[in-house]
Amino acid sequence: MKVTRREFLKSSVAGGLSVAISATPFGYTIVNAAEKKPAAGFDPNVWVRITPDDRITITIGNSEMGQGVLTAQSMIIADELEADWKQIRIEQGEARDGFKSPILGGQITVGSGSLRGFYEPLRKAGAATRAMLVKAAADAWNVPEAECRAVLGSVIHAKSRRRFTYGQLATKAAKLPVPQNPVLKQESEFRYIGKPMPRVDVPQKVAGKAVYGLDVDLEDMHYSVLARPPAYGAKPASFDRAAAEQVAGVVKVVPLPMGIAVCARSFEAALKGREALNVSWSKGVVPDMDNAYIEREMLADLDRPGARVQDTGDARKALADASFSVEATYFVPFVAHATMEPMNCTARVTAERCDVWAPVQSQTASLGIASKISGLPADKVAIHTTFLGCGLGRRGKPDFVAEAVMISKAVGKPVKHVWTREEDIKYDSFRSAMSHRIQAGIDAGGQLTAWSHKAASVSILKGVRPEAIKNGVDAYCLWGLWDEPNSPHWNNRIQYEIPNLYIEFKMSDLPMPVAPWRSVQNACNAFAIESFMDELAHAAGKDPLEFRLQSLKNNLRARRVLETVAEKSGWGKPPARGEGRGIAQHACFGSWMAQVVELSVDRASGKIKVHRVVAAVDCGPVVNPGPLSEQVESAIVEALSTALMEEVRFANGGVASANFRDYPIIRMSEVPEIEVYAVKSTERMGGIGELGVPPLAPAVANALFNATGVRVRRIPLTPQRVLEALKKA
Amino acid sequence: MVSLSVNGKKVRLDVPSDASLLWVIRDHLKLKGTKYGCGIGECGACTVHVNGKATRACGMTVADVKGKKVVTIEGLPATHPVKQAWIKEQVVQCGYCQPGVIMQVASLISETRKPDPEQIIAQMDNVICRCGTHLRMKKGIRTAVRMTQRRPA
Repeated sequence: MKVTRREFLKSSVAGGLSVAISATPFGYTIVNAAEKKPAAGFDPNVWVRITPDDRITITIGNSEMGQGVLTAQSMIIADELEADWKQIRIEQGEARDGFKSPILGGQITVGSGSLRGFYEPLRKAGAATRAMLVKAAADAWNVPEAECRAVLGSVIHAKSRRRFTYGQLATKAAKLPVPQNPVLKQESEFRYIGKPMPRVDVPQKVAGKAVYGLDVDLEDMHYSVLARPPAYGAKPASFDRAAAEQVAGVVKVVPLPMGIAVCARSFEAALKGREALNVSWSKGVVPDMDNAYIEREMLADLDRPGARVQDTGDARKALADASFSVEATYFVPFVAHATMEPMNCTARVTAERCDVWAPVQSQTASLGIASKISGLPADKVAIHTTFLGCGLGRRGKPDFVAEAVMISKAVGKPVKHVWTREEDIKYDSFRSAMSHRIQAGIDAGGQLTAWSHKAASVSILKGVRPEAIKNGVDAYCLWGLWDEPNSPHWNNRIQYEIPNLYIEFKMSDLPMPVAPWRSVQNACNAFAIESFMDELAHAAGKDPLEFRLQSLKNNLRARRVLETVAEKSGWGKPPARGEGRGIAQHACFGSWMAQVVELSVDRASGKIKVHRVVAAVDCGPVVNPGPLSEQVESAIVEALSTALMEEVRFANGGVASANFRDYPIIRMSEVPEIEVYAVKSTERMGGIGELGVPPLAPAVANALFNATGVRVRRIPLTPQRVLEALKKA
Repeated sequence: MVSLSVNGKKVRLDVPSDASLLWVIRDHLKLKGTKYGCGIGECGACTVHVNGKATRACGMTVADVKGKKVVTIEGLPATHPVKQAWIKEQVVQCGYCQPGVIMQVASLISETRKPDPEQIIAQMDNVICRCGTHLRMKKGIRTAVRMTQRRPA
């Protein structure tokens, strides 16, 4: 076995000091691992383990997909612990109840929640450990604790010039009670937090030695692939099991609810076996569904009765009383995750236990489904999280884990279950398309007074947490426009101060599975809201920045990012000849962002060239500045890809797009220069992984309008679509 | 039996001559740094060097590289300027596509005596990075070229 990640519990109590956090969705307690009782819901989630050899091991429960969580969470602990970074070793933890996020309730890396959810508990874990080490030293020297000081992995008694290393103190400190409210450092005392730290995952990735899911290798490992239906709801009418099982290397054909699995001794044999199955499929549930059908249906949803989401003031009356009103309809299509590492999972199910190695974003859900399918209790199931070859939310849905466990159980062998690229795109759970119709009223002073918004989307919660749908309202679909009260995401709603606001939601009845896609539907809602704000500004004869600010009078964080981006981008000065400039802002997952896009349009071809994107962000305190701007750049590039070219193609009731040739993704020459400015902020910490996505597409559409006078209310802004709009203008 | 030269080592394998070079490298030689991304030569995650030139392993059979020298990401020395530059500039995010990107850049740098970073960047449209690390890749390329020029020939 090549996976080097450690068995989680085995070495955790082997001498030395271990400190853990025990978290529930409602709070957490710091516990000494040596005293830990294995009570349900009271498992540790973060371990600081100090051994007599002066090694400090930090175990992280969140998944690493390049966002730098291993480094950032370790920096927080190491700082409060006053450890020397050189003595830190970082390990990926398994699935444990104690790793559950205090804000999200599960062990899951989504919702930009890994730092904002764990900042305080990790600081306290580090500080409590430091306090225990200081007390152990003071006791040994028989001096007051106040005379002792922790410095870079040692406790020092300056008066007597004595020193113990943490390793020397570990065994003694482990016997002390854990302080629940240890004294935290002042910001000026931070050694690592806020300072640039190279990411610990980078060297092994550059060396080609990082282990992703697809790289897991087990003794006697078999491979499997699935024959899947070409249309939604299609069932196998017939297939040639014998022919497939005759292919050299094929071990077994396993019919499953989602398709027909072929298990073989090599990946290539499994593919040949699948070919030999020669399945004939029944028609799908919506056999004539294609892109035109989808768009027609979702626009028709705007005329069908929906669920009332919010009704503040009297939007209908305010619209009637307004000096003038504006109405517009927007459409955002389905897009695929298309992570570079396709979905895969390696499972080994025996009568005694079930081991799963996979690139997952949700360990809790993976553990639950592996336990259910294997029939083994959770304590006999281990989820070994590998590195993730990109996540984007797709790996929060463990359908690929379920398949691997089913197949391994059926064949009694360790099985690496692989989705080919074609399957990864065709059978993705997409970012749902959305349609929007918005009406707004403006008073005689040019002030926004009323907003009536109807949105339609395929339900995300239906597939992940159906019990969370209330009265036909799917909050995930509305993020960025509306969110439930007391949501852990607390600012995933429209930021503008609108006295009369009506929101209605229609769940679209389409068969494709959907899932969160970096920022969830914040991106789709922001496209409509921020495009429309631009339209309103022009209708009111106001500058788009000024028009936004006049409805953000009490929203200081939104104002600040807008003002910062305006200053840094040179907003107010005319753009270069032939260029257009657009602005947009958005808030989600506890942070605020504004972006300005500069672009030009080739009027002959309709091709947009984005030259520069300026972004200003307020996410509260910053842990690691490098990954902060990396995440914003990354989100901008990805969002630009969706704004300019991405759209899943459907035909005959299924998915027609299959690989990167018919699902284009942005390339090097199309990537603009990007400047990221973090506003200095001491407010509550927010997330940063997703926020860069939502403002980008509307800022591009607004810049296109600025450059050409043409408003396009649907992405992607392909050359063909832009050209058609230019011709109509 | 098929003979291959991979990372300076001769290996003999019991695979058919039309076996995919990518899957032989990964599953038989256990060199997992060469990645499967698309299988159709569109993304570049499987790029290796064949006689020093960047080549997509997913489109090659083992017979295609008979008598040729194959180098994978594991065979590119840790001191290679591209690997060094990629760490210095913190280019990778998820990192899955990057072994292939690094191999392509290393090959492009070695093609001319005086490599021009902008010309190399102009040849990078044939790789896909879903994390959107393009600006960091550009930085990495410029740094790698500088490092190469500082070294004695």
